[in-house]
Amino acid sequence: MLETRNLTKFFGDLAALKEVSLSITRGESVFLYGPNGAGKTTLLRMLASLARPSSGQVLFDGGDMGGDGALAKASIGFVSHTTFLYSELTVRENLKFFGSLFRLSDLEKKIDAALELFDMRERSGVFVRDLSRGLQQRTSLARAFLHDPDFVLLDEPFTGLDSQSVKNLQRLLLRLPEQGKALLFSTHDFEQGAALAQRLVALKAGRVRYNGPLATAPFEDLGIVRASGPKADG
Amino acid sequence: MASLKIIWNIFVKDLRVEWRNRETLASMCVFGLLIVFLFNFAFEGAREETLRLLPAVLWVAIAFAGVLGFNRSFASERENACLEGMTLAPVDPSLIFVGKMLANMLFLGVAEVVMAFAAALWYNFSFLPALGQLVLIAFFGTLGYAALGTIFGAIAANTRMREVMLTVLQFPIAFWILMLSIDSTAEALRGNPGGDWFGGVARVAGISLVFTIASFLLFEYVLEE
Repeated sequence: MLETRNLTKFFGDLAALKEVSLSITRGESVFLYGPNGAGKTTLLRMLASLARPSSGQVLFDGGDMGGDGALAKASIGFVSHTTFLYSELTVRENLKFFGSLFRLSDLEKKIDAALELFDMRERSGVFVRDLSRGLQQRTSLARAFLHDPDFVLLDEPFTGLDSQSVKNLQRLLLRLPEQGKALLFSTHDFEQGAALAQRLVALKAGRVRYNGPLATAPFEDLGIVRASGPKADG
Repeated sequence: MASLKIIWNIFVKDLRVEWRNRETLASMCVFGLLIVFLFNFAFEGAREETLRLLPAVLWVAIAFAGVLGFNRSFASERENACLEGMTLAPVDPSLIFVGKMLANMLFLGVAEVVMAFAAALWYNFSFLPALGQLVLIAFFGTLGYAALGTIFGAIAANTRMREVMLTVLQFPIAFWILMLSIDSTAEALRGNPGGDWFGGVARVAGISLVFTIASFLLFEYVLEE
């Protein structure tokens, strides 16, 4: 279980997160929603151990992630606004490098599988600097899934993807809970997110406004206007 | 063994990135050569004068070329937040430090060899009589300087005026390594008048190891945010 207890994060005088307590267990799919500046990215970064809390705790399977967090890091895959990819390396070289940091066995096989998963096999020898934003995003997703993480944290994962890639990713994300994996993701497209999750965590101004089943969420109170948008292909 | 493999992978990654863009080493060498060349005009004269000033010229050139290299080394990490990407993995931050420091050392070492050759030609001077001692002084001086460059490069990478910040942060501390390196190089070139061959090397090695170990231990906190 990945859990936060009274998590608060200040950037100077600005409180990006205020007393956020929530948990996500394996087999769950949670949609993190909120307007710009709500604290979604900060929360995801702290869960991925990229930022330290000003106060409060992030716990992984009951243990504080404040230490080296090696076990937690090995179980978390994170996709952010930035790709974490070296422009001067090819797609395969990037995956090989990051895979080696996770000490993965059968790395080449896992790289091939990740490339296949995101339809990047034919472009494995292309330098990242020569890829479009969408293809870089797919490579970044392949990097995050390479070590088969139990907890998948995705910050706006659909950014830059074409419609076919969006569908492929939706299909993949829908399967994660069945595989016993936890998914926590944010997207500004509410309907796109709602099609993938069972639970909604709504953030506003750094505070949790709602944390519960998506189907029974008080949409009006949360200022969410539902529209008939695209649904994920199951 | 697993730790050594990770250090090796980070080191090779830096070499590969440099091989592809050829920015770091080229700029370090050109800048270093320019400094050595310019000083050549300043004291064209007696051998005694050259002996007195050459160590300082070389280490000033090494210092400035190094800053250029350390900035470039973290430019590729800053782009797409790759340094953060590395910290997502269950890797001890000190291994990242060692991998990057070794790459910085290698780049600076190559630049030093180029600068030393140029100095030998332009100043009509031979380093051969004290070569063994000079190599040791250069090795330890470069080790300490690259260690400081790596940790301060990581700090400066997250600041707005990063190019200036690295110089401002690093030089006051690196001063001690540079000062002892200049002093020991001068003694070696003079043929160790005190007869103490080992003393100069030991002083540079001592101060460099202190700074290297301190940087190794502190790098974790630098990466935190």
